[in-house]
Amino acid sequence: MDSALLVHRIHFAFTATFHYLFPQLTMGLALLIVVLKTIALRRNDPVYNEAARFWGKIFGINFVLGVVTGIPMEFQFGTNWSHFSRYAGAVIGQTLAMEGMFAFFLESALVGLFLFGEKRLSPKGHWWTAVAVLAGSWLSGYFIIATDAFMQYPVGYYTAADGTLQLASFWAFLLNPWAGWQYAHTMCGAVTTGVFVMTSVGAFYLLSGKFVEHARVFIKVSVITGCLFSLLQIFPTGDQQGKMVTDLQPVTLAAMEGLFHGQQGAPLVIIGQPNEQEGKIDNPIEVPRMFSMLTYRRWNAHVRGLDAFPRQDWPGNIPLLYYSYHVMVGLGTFFIAIMAISTILLWRGKLFHARWMLWILLLSAPFPYIANTAGWMTAELGRQPWLVYGLMRTADGYSKFVSAGNAMFTLLGFMGIYMVLGILGLFLVWREIEQGPEAEHAPVDFKTAGAR
Amino acid sequence: MASLWFGIVAVMIAAYAVLDGFDLGAGAVYLLAAKTNEERRRVLRAIGPVWDGNEVWLLAAGATLYFAFPRLYASSFSGFYLPLMIVLWLLILRGVGIEFRAHIDNRVWQDFFDVVFSVSSILLAVFFGAALGNVIRGVPLDATGYFFEPLWTSLKLSEHTGILDWYTALTGMVALVTLVAHGSYYIALKTDADLGRRARGFALLCWPVQFFLTFSTLVATYFIRPEIMNNYNRHRIGFLIPVVVVGCLAVMVWANPKGKETVAFVASSLYITFMLLGAAFALYPVVLPGRDHQYDLTIYNTAAGDHGLRVGLAWWTLAAVLAFGYFVFVYRMFRGKIKIQVEEGHS
Repeated sequence: MDSALLVHRIHFAFTATFHYLFPQLTMGLALLIVVLKTIALRRNDPVYNEAARFWGKIFGINFVLGVVTGIPMEFQFGTNWSHFSRYAGAVIGQTLAMEGMFAFFLESALVGLFLFGEKRLSPKGHWWTAVAVLAGSWLSGYFIIATDAFMQYPVGYYTAADGTLQLASFWAFLLNPWAGWQYAHTMCGAVTTGVFVMTSVGAFYLLSGKFVEHARVFIKVSVITGCLFSLLQIFPTGDQQGKMVTDLQPVTLAAMEGLFHGQQGAPLVIIGQPNEQEGKIDNPIEVPRMFSMLTYRRWNAHVRGLDAFPRQDWPGNIPLLYYSYHVMVGLGTFFIAIMAISTILLWRGKLFHARWMLWILLLSAPFPYIANTAGWMTAELGRQPWLVYGLMRTADGYSKFVSAGNAMFTLLGFMGIYMVLGILGLFLVWREIEQGPEAEHAPVDFKTAGAR
Repeated sequence: MASLWFGIVAVMIAAYAVLDGFDLGAGAVYLLAAKTNEERRRVLRAIGPVWDGNEVWLLAAGATLYFAFPRLYASSFSGFYLPLMIVLWLLILRGVGIEFRAHIDNRVWQDFFDVVFSVSSILLAVFFGAALGNVIRGVPLDATGYFFEPLWTSLKLSEHTGILDWYTALTGMVALVTLVAHGSYYIALKTDADLGRRARGFALLCWPVQFFLTFSTLVATYFIRPEIMNNYNRHRIGFLIPVVVVGCLAVMVWANPKGKETVAFVASSLYITFMLLGAAFALYPVVLPGRDHQYDLTIYNTAAGDHGLRVGLAWWTLAAVLAFGYFVFVYRMFRGKIKIQVEEGHS
């Protein structure tokens, strides 16, 4: 592989992966905060309101980090992927510009109001700012998904005389069928992150015997939400997403599952390492015929293997794609189990005293981050070797005039800065958790707020 | 259609320069103008609720440029790779500096973020000015429609230009002093007592430098790119632009000592707008001149297809109205001078 291509790919992958650690939490928390505030408003219960305020602070820190790490994403299409931008910019620039114009302006105005305006607004008014924050962040997510969906499954375009892609139908492009399921699936993933972080903090408080009242609210709200969304994650959103890959990117499907040879009644591999040299899975543990059932809804259906496709169209890194997919699905299943058990214990009134379960909830917080990252890796590695599926190869899209050395320089720079941001973020979030939901230390009045 | 989008992007860049300009400028004078912790908190509160929204103009302008002129976006963003990346790092550091300072009530923590915030604001002002200088001077475009500029080659203007040479360093300085003055007027407008007085003093100090640098740049630009006069000669009405620029400078020096902060701030905003308008007027229809003019990027060879631009106009207008609404709302919510109650202050 051309070394400049590799550096540009890592550059985008690293900055995007790091960036998405923050939006997945803020989008998830935005929903949970609205739930907390709605209950607070209806029952007039101050504990719920304090819970919402506490999670608002965690939201605030992550939102700042999401904003500052998000700016480079918008720029990198031009800086590192200029040939791609020149080729497809007239189409995908639409959704990226819409994100800026519709979502960012809304968020920039209302996040500050939500975080610091509580005393100046009526409870109802403040509830509305929470809803607006939810709307802004989820809208932002849609525009990004629509952009990615075009790269996965280009629609609504035509090729102009100069070889560039141009917009043919705005609505076909914006309402790409790929985008709908991918969006639903991604948002479920974001809610899962929010849920697991909230239960983890709740479990931490219960285990250490602090802020017990608030902790119970955290756990109750997030476990019920989590039970619903972890199910939606797999069915129907994950299932339908898989169906689209089956129909539209069959070679990706084969690579995800490590299916080197097509077969009837293909098994689902649970564990096993893809062995590219010999074209098989080492020490596999399989569920017979399951893969055929999942993809074509028939136990005996024939699933095409990698051997059905020309080698140059295979995704470049099959093992990594295989592991990303399996880690994502494995963790998704694990989430359902955790949330189902927690819900049953909650319903029986035993969860708050089941220390073993609280320990599991406490330690599970990192897993949704891994699952979300693995999910994105599945989508983007699976798209390879294409940058715009079937139209432009990744090797043709990077900035040919930005040398590997210059790209490496800025990649290292980003790694350094992001390491500092990560440490700062963890440190500040930890401080908030330690101070707990009762503390009244943060600036609350909009006019005199230290920030925003 | 392409001309209309040229205008829209120019307006968005001007909105960015005026709006984020005052919080960048406030950041640039921050360490010198605001001495005590109480004063620094007042400056941060003056920009706190608005800086993020102001910065969105940069993102929105960039993204609008992306879909309206994809070839220009591709060429300029990759050609200006190094300075843009440095700008990104500075934007990150600055945002974190503003937002995280208030989280911990500790002198060392706050001093650290004060310096991060102020230094990144200063460097951003210089970089934006230098970027504009590059666009006016022209870049080494070739038949591929791409270029790549290192940070500097030699300070002389040569065939192989870098980002920084004496001309772009000059435009960087103009931007810095302009934004320092602009930010000072804003601080004067939003605060009172010692802090407000000191800010006015800074603006007064900036004025002769700003006046001198403005004229030097205009003269230097004429020598570097005489063809910059073409549009002016063709449409004489363009000469109103430098007249307004000079008028704004005069109003600034008149209003500031009299304590008319609002007038001075508006004049400074108009000065920035008309400086940019003057550049846009001179360049049109070129959007990125090459050192060799046969490779100029113009609105004609960079614009997206007509259908896309037409559709874009519909949603852009709607979004712009909404955005305007949010801005009016936030600035109204936040009007008046910043006060900090004594009991929560500590220095």
